[in-house]
Amino acid sequence: MIRVFLVDDHHFFLSGLRAELGGEFEIVGEAGEVDAAVDGIRRTRPDVVLLDVHLPGGGGRAVLEAIRQTDQDVRFLALSVSDAAEDVIGVIRAGARGYVTKTISPHDLAAAIRRVQGGDAVFSPRLAGFVLDAFHGDLTGVVDPELDQLTAREREVLRHIARGFTYKEVARRLHLSVKTVETHVSSVLRKLQLSSRHELTRWASDRRLV
Amino acid sequence: MAGPSGACHHGLRAPPTWRRTTTATQVPQRPASSAAIVRSRSNRVLLGVAGGLGERLGVDPVLIRVAFAVLAIAGGSGVVLYLLAWAVSVEPDDELARARPVRRPAARQAFALGLVVLGTMLLLREVGLWFGDQIVWPIALAAAGSAVIWARSDDRDRARWARIPGNPIEAMFTGRVGLIRIVVGGLLVASGLGLGFANTGADLAAAGDALLGVAITLIGLSLIFGPWATRLASQLAEERRGRIRSEARAEMAAHLHDSVLHTLALIQRADASPEVVNLARRQERELRAWLYRAPMPEGRLRPAVEEIATRVEQRHNVPVDVVVVGDAPLDEAARALVDACQEAALNAARHSGAPLVSVYVEVEPDELTGFVRDEGKGFDPEEVPTDRRGIADSIRGRIRRHGGTVTILSSPGEGTEVQLRLPRSQFS
Repeated sequence: MIRVFLVDDHHFFLSGLRAELGGEFEIVGEAGEVDAAVDGIRRTRPDVVLLDVHLPGGGGRAVLEAIRQTDQDVRFLALSVSDAAEDVIGVIRAGARGYVTKTISPHDLAAAIRRVQGGDAVFSPRLAGFVLDAFHGDLTGVVDPELDQLTAREREVLRHIARGFTYKEVARRLHLSVKTVETHVSSVLRKLQLSSRHELTRWASDRRLV
Repeated sequence: MAGPSGACHHGLRAPPTWRRTTTATQVPQRPASSAAIVRSRSNRVLLGVAGGLGERLGVDPVLIRVAFAVLAIAGGSGVVLYLLAWAVSVEPDDELARARPVRRPAARQAFALGLVVLGTMLLLREVGLWFGDQIVWPIALAAAGSAVIWARSDDRDRARWARIPGNPIEAMFTGRVGLIRIVVGGLLVASGLGLGFANTGADLAAAGDALLGVAITLIGLSLIFGPWATRLASQLAEERRGRIRSEARAEMAAHLHDSVLHTLALIQRADASPEVVNLARRQERELRAWLYRAPMPEGRLRPAVEEIATRVEQRHNVPVDVVVVGDAPLDEAARALVDACQEAALNAARHSGAPLVSVYVEVEPDELTGFVRDEGKGFDPEEVPTDRRGIADSIRGRIRRHGGTVTILSSPGEGTEVQLRLPRSQFS
């Protein structure tokens, strides 16, 4: 059973999550603020952390940055009521493997947790849209062509995700295997996390994040 | 001799001179024909002598008045000269009242006048008609400086100064009394300093004079720099208020984010009725827009597409996900795309029975693309009911008018996708 740690300062939401996920996953711990979350995650070493972006004591990014220094196997799925660009891109750049909004259905959330645990990335349509936006435009100032631009295939996959298709539907429509679609999305995630593309930097700073 | 207080008195009398001059130079005037000095009626402070002289000589009366004032301080000869000039001048008849235009003194004229005054002053100093170096020189310098400031600052100069924010010079000249303030202030500073230096090292009574000097200096400085200082202070206070406001707003946003947005998200996850879920969704959208987004720019494609969601959700209680990549001006082609997308979304919400409608718009260098899809019951495009065909035709009509293409993909049980492609206008 996949071991899940919940980080959220909203108690109603936390108890709702616990009830929804409890049958399918092993909930190994919960925390409502940054320090408690870091301690709890280091102690219980879960497979997946469901991480609220807005947390007292530094936000989800502070948890991500602290854990990344000690436990790199722990995977994070960011969860937030906000789908503002700065929140989404901020936690992804800090190392989260996916981002979903809190209005996600329990079924989709469970699927997303499994996907993240399996090492894949979870892109909501909106996140896919943000990435396309961020990697938009010409290539002047590109430092690393491999990291700083999307391939035509990756772009096509993201476009379909942005249009609301599931990975399976994307695979069928583009005549690919689901595994290939997942590979493309993971590759985009890596670029998003590591790219120094100036467009991305400018795009992000326009939206008040570094 | 009249002493320091006399100088002070004279300094204080200067202001009307400056103001009158300001207005007088703006009055259109006719040239005078007589050779005699005609006292000015329109350009008059005391008896119109300086005004008349100025008009006669084509010199700014201000300089004449400064000269009279300085000479009056320097032993009182200015007063004598003024009365003499009054005696030889004539009162204007009504026709001549609006005399010739007063020209601004050219630099050479001003220089010459200055030399004349200086020479007269030195002469007076030699013959002993003199209040003392410590008083006269500073006042004369202040008066000359003021005259230069006035003469140099034509309207264009002042307009340029006024554009420099937070500039003390700008503040000095602001308002109708700006120049008066400078002159009075300058004279007060000068006489105050003169008073202070003149009496250093003297007896106890002189200490009072020195204090008076300091006080006069301070008053003068505050007259000159007062407006600038108060404006600076009020600007700082305004900035501080703004900061407090934005902090309060951020705090409230954080609170609303934590409580209200979460509650709205919870309602959407709960098994509430579709109406309640949609209400929560709509209010979340509105609250979020208010909390985080900068005011939407008018005439852009992105906000127009995002509005589709609100309209469709309001009418049909079906949630709409909107993703927009890139942005473009909302020209005619873009407007057509937005309208077509909205029609397709409304259609999907009305007929498909799907729990969600997705709208995706992307701005590419040479075309705009739009996709509207649902996972509803779908239909066989060959056997479309006439009412739905009508809508499909109207979407096609809009897009084709702008040289675009429409593809509708659907089959029973598979949902529907409307794909729109539109070339971008060359001039957008």
